[in-house]
Amino acid sequence: MTVRKTYKLYIGGAFPRSESGRVYPVTSSSGDLLAQAAQASRKDVRDAVVAARGAFAGWSGATAYNRGQVIYRIAEMLEGRRDQFAAEVAAAEGLGTAAAEGIVDASVDRLVWYAGWTDKYAQITGGANPVSGPYINYSVPEPSGVIGVLAPQQSSLLGLISVVAPVIAMGNTCVVVSSFARPLPAISLAEALGTSDLPGGVVNVLSGSAAELAPWLAAHRDVNGIDITGAAPEGRANLLRSASDTVKRTYSPAGGRADGPGEEDWATEPALRRMAAFVETKTVWHPLGI
Amino acid sequence: MAIFDYAPAPESRDLARLKPHYGIFIDGAFRDGTGEAIKTINPATEEPLAEVAEAGVSDVDDAVRAARRAYDNVWGSMPGRERAKYLYRIARAIQERGRELAVLESLDNGKPIKESRDTDIPLAAAHFFYYAGWADKLGYAGFGPNPQPLGVAGQVIPWNFPLLMAAWKIAPALAAGNTVVLKPAETTPLTALVLAEIIAECDLPPGVVNILAGGPEVGQALTEHPGIDKVAFTGSTEVGKAIQRALAGTGRRLSLELGGKAANIIFEDAPIDQAVEGIVNGIFFNQGHVCCAGSRLLVQESIADEVLPALQRRLGTLRMGDPLDKNTDIGAINSAVQLARIRELADSGDDEGASRWTAPCDIPDRGFWFPPTIFTGVSQANRIAREEIFGPVLSVLTFRTPSEAVEKANNTPYGLSAGIWSEKGSRILWTAQRLRAGVVWANTFNRFDPASPFGGYKESGFGREGGRHGLEAYLAY
Repeated sequence: MTVRKTYKLYIGGAFPRSESGRVYPVTSSSGDLLAQAAQASRKDVRDAVVAARGAFAGWSGATAYNRGQVIYRIAEMLEGRRDQFAAEVAAAEGLGTAAAEGIVDASVDRLVWYAGWTDKYAQITGGANPVSGPYINYSVPEPSGVIGVLAPQQSSLLGLISVVAPVIAMGNTCVVVSSFARPLPAISLAEALGTSDLPGGVVNVLSGSAAELAPWLAAHRDVNGIDITGAAPEGRANLLRSASDTVKRTYSPAGGRADGPGEEDWATEPALRRMAAFVETKTVWHPLGI
Repeated sequence: MAIFDYAPAPESRDLARLKPHYGIFIDGAFRDGTGEAIKTINPATEEPLAEVAEAGVSDVDDAVRAARRAYDNVWGSMPGRERAKYLYRIARAIQERGRELAVLESLDNGKPIKESRDTDIPLAAAHFFYYAGWADKLGYAGFGPNPQPLGVAGQVIPWNFPLLMAAWKIAPALAAGNTVVLKPAETTPLTALVLAEIIAECDLPPGVVNILAGGPEVGQALTEHPGIDKVAFTGSTEVGKAIQRALAGTGRRLSLELGGKAANIIFEDAPIDQAVEGIVNGIFFNQGHVCCAGSRLLVQESIADEVLPALQRRLGTLRMGDPLDKNTDIGAINSAVQLARIRELADSGDDEGASRWTAPCDIPDRGFWFPPTIFTGVSQANRIAREEIFGPVLSVLTFRTPSEAVEKANNTPYGLSAGIWSEKGSRILWTAQRLRAGVVWANTFNRFDPASPFGGYKESGFGREGGRHGLEAYLAY
């Protein structure tokens, strides 16, 4: 007899069931039952936002070098569980072993890529500004705060990491809604995060329906930004409308249009755009004098 | 009473070269708008200055079409070095007509001539000069090797720095290769329309810049126009939210520079005399009509008894009156509507239990005036500590520890600016790092420069104006 895993949520560094008690069946691409995953509710979203807000001061205040090492550590954990993730990706996405292993390898590479950005982004986007007067003036990028992230529905691991890593690399904390049909790699990733020195609450993972949960994230007054990558195209505009009530920063495929193309190709090297979406530029002035 | 009295030193009103009528500027030519013409008034006297044609919705359509044609046929494909030369030319022309523009600005807006002359107009020229140099160097701006313009930008600006805000909007848009339709504020259209004249005299190709006077409905027609690619708005958070909502799902780009409720933090080791000057400059510059005004004074409890009397003494020396007088420190409130709003919020301070102190200023018989006012005993829950007043009203709160100062400073949905006064470098940098605000002035306040990015955190908006960062809002990459 094998010991089967219970797939739960990841909130504030702990693995609770949904407070709603709901679960939903997750099947492989061929229709076999894989697990009963927790189905997160509105209340779980609120709890996760509280956890993310609580973790923000510590994570945004950590040195960039430290954040880089932690994200690199996530890559190490992923590499160590390569076979497990490959099997879960293969089952979720209907891929052969070699293809699934390629996805895991690319996911590791993506984490390593973003780990290196933590202490370089400020140098390429910030700096001294030559103002016309006796002042020292500099600009630095800072994280926007708590970000809601709707992970892509198709790419269950590489896509997920590609949307989460830039957000936390910049010092934000986040509440992630996983793919609805393919949530198991996300929950296993949460387990890797839990052993990666990532402080609890920096990433919170909710398995469940983006259509149900996203409106609460988009309207939440203590969420500073939302990435709606995983929203259904016809739902994008409503989420962006809701986000306007608190002037949220938004990242949306196709600029939020419903007629945009489908899910992006996660294999290509990302641009800076996903990091730029959730940073603020702070400019500090001080006079020169004796 | 005073030891020294000042003789009036008014700048001549004739320098403004006021015309009886101003048109709207579309496709390189002035014409009458299809909206109803309005009289723009001098807020210091309530006398009409000129009749200004207002745009109607069909004019917005025409302007957007002209901007599109100019983008497709001329401007979008013009080499950057050629665009640069037009922008340099505009910068020079603003400098040449600087005195005229300063007087006109003070007449239309009510701000003291020393501010329009020394701040608004020189900064407007500098902004064009700065962005001119970017036009042929966009590939070095950090947005990829070959960033592209967005197309037609719709831009809506407020009445507090009329020409300067026009420069902040137009210069980076043109440098990046976009064309624009700009709507100045309804109460302060004149300098933007003179800028249109300057632009025409600089032989900018027709349609590259179109300027339409009008009210909120014209602004809405512009920001929601399907023919534009980008909206840039500076104004109230309320209207900014409505624009963000309207643009949801359209794929059009947006940058917002909205309201603020900045904390100005005075630590006990601050140089008090300099800090008092900074407090005055922070909230009474431009009658407090400044989105980044230091409207919440956070003073450390141990020095509150020293700072407040010094502040009151200093305010007793400010001269309120004729905006064209070079001695004037405090000009007129821009409009009757704004004056009513300031009065209503100040009255709420009385009602909610704060104590009001008013600077001893003579108030002119005509025009819109509100003397410098300080509220003490303010609680964080009071409306005067939470809402943007956009007037010369300072709310004073105290704190005991640096952590408490940071917590109170950040306790607002806004995040545009903040001030710090201290002689201790490490405390300044520690505090600056923790303030959730886009611009932090340490031992200074209300400094602006074309090379310095400006814009907010949280509900103060997103995107930056100024510097390399300011190009991002106008580029596809």
